[in-house]
This record gives sequence, C-alpha cells and structure tokens, in this order.
Amino acid sequence: MTISNTGNYETANTLETFGFLPRMSATEVQAQVAYIIASGWTPAIEHEHPDNAFDHYWTMWKLPFFGEGNMDNVLTELEACHRAFPGHHVRLTGYDNYTQSQGSCFVVYEGRA
Amino acid sequence: MASSKDYQAGVKEYREMYWTPDYVPLDTDLLACFKCTGQPSVPREEVAAAVAAESSTGTWSTVWSELLTDLEYYKGRAYRIEDVPGDSESFYAFVAYPIDLFEEGSVVNVLTSLVGNVFGFKALKHLRLEDIRFPIAYIKTCGGPPAGIQVERDRLNKYGRPMLGCTIKPKLGLSAKNYGRAVYECLRGGLDLTKDDENVNSQPFMRWRDRFEFVAEAIQKAEQETGERKGHYLNVTSPTPEQMYRRAEFAKELNMPIIMHDFLTGGFTANTGLANWCRDNGMLLHIHRAMHAVIDRHPKHGIHFRVLAKCLRLSGGDHLHTGTVVGKLEGDRASTLGFVDQLRESFVPEDRSRGVFFDQDWGSMPGIFAVASGGIHVWHMPALVTIFGDDSVLQFGGGTQGHPWGNAAGAAANRVALEASVKARNEGREIEKEARDILTEAAKSSPELVVAMETWKEIKFEFETVDKLDV
Repeated sequence: MTISNTGNYETANTLETFGFLPRMSATEVQAQVAYIIASGWTPAIEHEHPDNAFDHYWTMWKLPFFGEGNMDNVLTELEACHRAFPGHHVRLTGYDNYTQSQGSCFVVYEGRA
Repeated sequence: MASSKDYQAGVKEYREMYWTPDYVPLDTDLLACFKCTGQPSVPREEVAAAVAAESSTGTWSTVWSELLTDLEYYKGRAYRIEDVPGDSESFYAFVAYPIDLFEEGSVVNVLTSLVGNVFGFKALKHLRLEDIRFPIAYIKTCGGPPAGIQVERDRLNKYGRPMLGCTIKPKLGLSAKNYGRAVYECLRGGLDLTKDDENVNSQPFMRWRDRFEFVAEAIQKAEQETGERKGHYLNVTSPTPEQMYRRAEFAKELNMPIIMHDFLTGGFTANTGLANWCRDNGMLLHIHRAMHAVIDRHPKHGIHFRVLAKCLRLSGGDHLHTGTVVGKLEGDRASTLGFVDQLRESFVPEDRSRGVFFDQDWGSMPGIFAVASGGIHVWHMPALVTIFGDDSVLQFGGGTQGHPWGNAAGAAANRVALEASVKARNEGREIEKEARDILTEAAKSSPELVVAMETWKEIKFEFETVDKLDV
C-alpha cells in the first residue's frame, strides 16, 4: 500500500462513552434506558454548555428519577431537557447505589452551540 | 497446677505435632492450600505436616528454646488432605496459621513464611501454593488499592464500559519525543490510556525525565482536542526505591493521573510503599506482572497467580494484568475469571470449578481493574467484553499501532468496536455469538474499523493451555 492510499483520521470531540458511534435513534436510546432500569440503577439527566463539557459536574435536570420503572417517562424528560436547553449537551446517567458509581453514562443530545 | 513439659532432644516426625485432622480453623486463621508432590516413600500426612511446620514454627530438630514459648498457639496446622482430581502423584494439603505469626499489613512477611524455605524441602519433589484465605482481620491491616475502581472511574470520567488502552511500541529504542508522538496519536484516536512497556525504565535511548515531559504534553493536547480525559502509565519501576519516588514525584508535578510499577521484579516492599505514596498524592497505580509466569506457570511447582493477585490487592494497585484468555499469552478462562473475581469483588465464595479453594471476604477493600493485554485485536472485542465486563482495561498494542493507517485510526477502530459491543450487550444481544454481525454493522460508519477487520481477520492464537485447572 502506498501512503497516498491510506486514510487520515481526523481528531474528533467525542464526549466519552458511545461518542464513537453514530447518533442513536429513539429506539436505540430506549434500549439503553431499559438496560439502566433492568440493572436496578436510577436514571438521571444532566445538561451543560459545550464549553464546560470537560467539567466533572454538569447541571442536573430535576432530581435523579428514583424508583422510575417507566422508560417512556425518562425519554420524555430527556426530550424536555433538550427542548429547554437546545444549545447544551444532554446526558443520561444510570446511578448504581451498590458500587456508588455510574453504571452507564452517555450523551444523548449534542448541543448545537 | 499442670507441670511443664520435659525437654527431649532429637528428631521427631513432623506429623506428631503438625498434623491435626480434628482442628477446626478459626475465622482469624490464615488458611493455605498447597499442592504437594512428595517423594514416593513419604506418607501424605508427614509431607503435609512438614509443609505446615517448615512454613511456620518448626525446624528439623527439637530445640530447647521451644519450651520457652507456647508453640501450640503459634504453630501452623495441617488440618486436611484431599486428592487432586486426575492426579495420583499429588495431593492438596490445607494448612491453618494463627494470625499472630504475621506482621500486620505485610504481604512480604506472609510470603516469606508461606513460600520460603519450605519450597526447597527435600522430602518434596514439587510444591505449589494454590490459594490463601486471608482473614478479614488481616485484610483490615493492609492499605490495598490507592484509589480503586470507583474512584478511578470518577477521576477519569469513564462509565458503563471497559477502558481502552495500549502499550507503546516498539517497546525499546524510541526517543522521548517520538515516543510522545506515538502516545498522542493513540489518545487522540480514542484510547483512554496508553502504557509504558514494562521494559521501559530509563535507558540511554530515552531517559525517564524526557519521556515524562513529552508524554505529559501529548496527554494535555489529546484531552483538549477530544474533550475526554486521558492518561499514560508512566513506569516508575527503578533500580532503587529513592529513584522510584523521585520519578513518582515528577509525574505528580506534571499533573499526570497515573503511574506504573512492576510488582514482582520491583518487589512487594517497593510496591506497598509506592501504593501508599499514591494514596497520599492522589495518583492512580497501574501494576504490571513481569516474572509471574516463572512463578505461576508450572502446574505442580511455584505459586498460582490467584495468590499473587490476592497479595497485590493487599499490597496496593489500581490495575493488574490478568491475561486475555483469547490472546497470545497463557490463560485458562475459568481460572482467569477466578482470580479476576479476587481483584474486583467484595466477597468471593469457594468455587473449585474456578480454582477458588476458600471463601474470601475482602470487606471494604477497593477493587482493582483487570487488565487484558497481549495479542488481541478488534475481532476479539465482543469476547473480551463478555469475559471481562466493564471493570477492565482492554489493551491493544499491535492491535492499535499495527493499523495500516497508523495509531489514531487503530485507536478509533478499537473504540468503535468496543462501544458497538457494549451497546449491543446492553440491548440484550449475545455478543460473543453475534460478533461478526455486530462488528460488520459498526464498520458501516467507521472506515477505520473496516481496515482493522481486514488486517487481522486471520490471526488466531490457538494453543493448549499448559496450566489447566485440576478437574
């Protein structure tokens, strides 16, 4: 192979887990929400302006949804957060109270700012 | 009032004092399981008792000063013998040691007793330490991992998936600046962490200080450009402890998140000290295991890696290499999962099908990431995610830097494959079985993955495992 035939990987701003996959469809997001709930974790939503995305803490959207068993409610809240802050990244977290960590965390909507 | 014992000089059979089949181990006892292969003329009980004696209070001859202490309290006791399945030559001996035989917080002291002189004992052809049950009372005296899995995830902002790493190649000979370039390319392409090869310390071609500075710049730049947190295991394994700490201090000055140590060649004393330093200084600690196969690979002699892994969790480390099961290096799947549990769980029950001989309660000791590294590539990704789960670091050296387009593209291919595997697993798919479909789908949006899949499609490492579980 000559060098002119090789590809060139451009660095991307990728926002951690699932940042290398194409944007998920509504059905795909739903499957991840189902996984969080089935794992016994608490879904939570956070949002932040892209300029501050590197910070550990993003702004919480309401409180984590303790005891929430209905996927549709989580999806509705994600959409509501996105509509209220269209310029912000919106991420979904699954809080695992046994490990005191996050079993899942990924950006669902990327801010347009 | 009971009269004191008489002193009778001479040689007694070990089993008179150290074979105690009626003994019920205490919760505070340290328990050990040895695989013994004795000389043919020596009875099993005598061999087991000799192992207990020589690894605790006994010596070959009675000595008068024994009567100045209460050896009944301090002696190790062989309390059980079991057949090794499918092996008529060897047997398991179980020995209980009272906790007061050991200095608090010192795996050095434990190993000096348990795997000391006894391994050269003439009555034995071979001896292997298969497992140790550390009592929770002893575990509470050890520092353990400087940070642990949960703290590391929070510091590095990595959730819901294994982390992705690679060892920088060629492992010897690069200048510091060229080395930093290789690091930068891997990290900007999507790896979370890169690693010094274990052989990289501070050689004439690249002194440690130069390496640390160029790597630090690579990390900062990759973080700024990707918006993700990155790290590189700066190897501080050194000829002397003083040098080791000097290098660790400089890594801290550069705001690096993680350093690295080789716990067997460097030794447990250095490792425990370094782990304490890391805990005090907010530094993560990656542990490599050079020399382990010398100690753990022979099925009848040495120390099983599950014991070394347990000792490392007590000594301290946040990552430990465990083998890959699927790659180029030795490792049986069930046995590997057996000691991966010992790194990560707070309680591991006895399970002979995984080579776990005792219940082990780890209490509140933090967990360690299992590191799978060596001869793995994108095609292995679904299997690795299934075998190791999220609390692992998957390291692709050749599988990243051998990509025809270079390190960044190789890194991106691995990251896409990893995330596609995790996403599919979360969706409930059987990713090991559906590996080809999952990777093929993911490759539709990643030309880097297409090339990686084409490059490594034929590479397999299918040899029989040398050290198999006794079943």
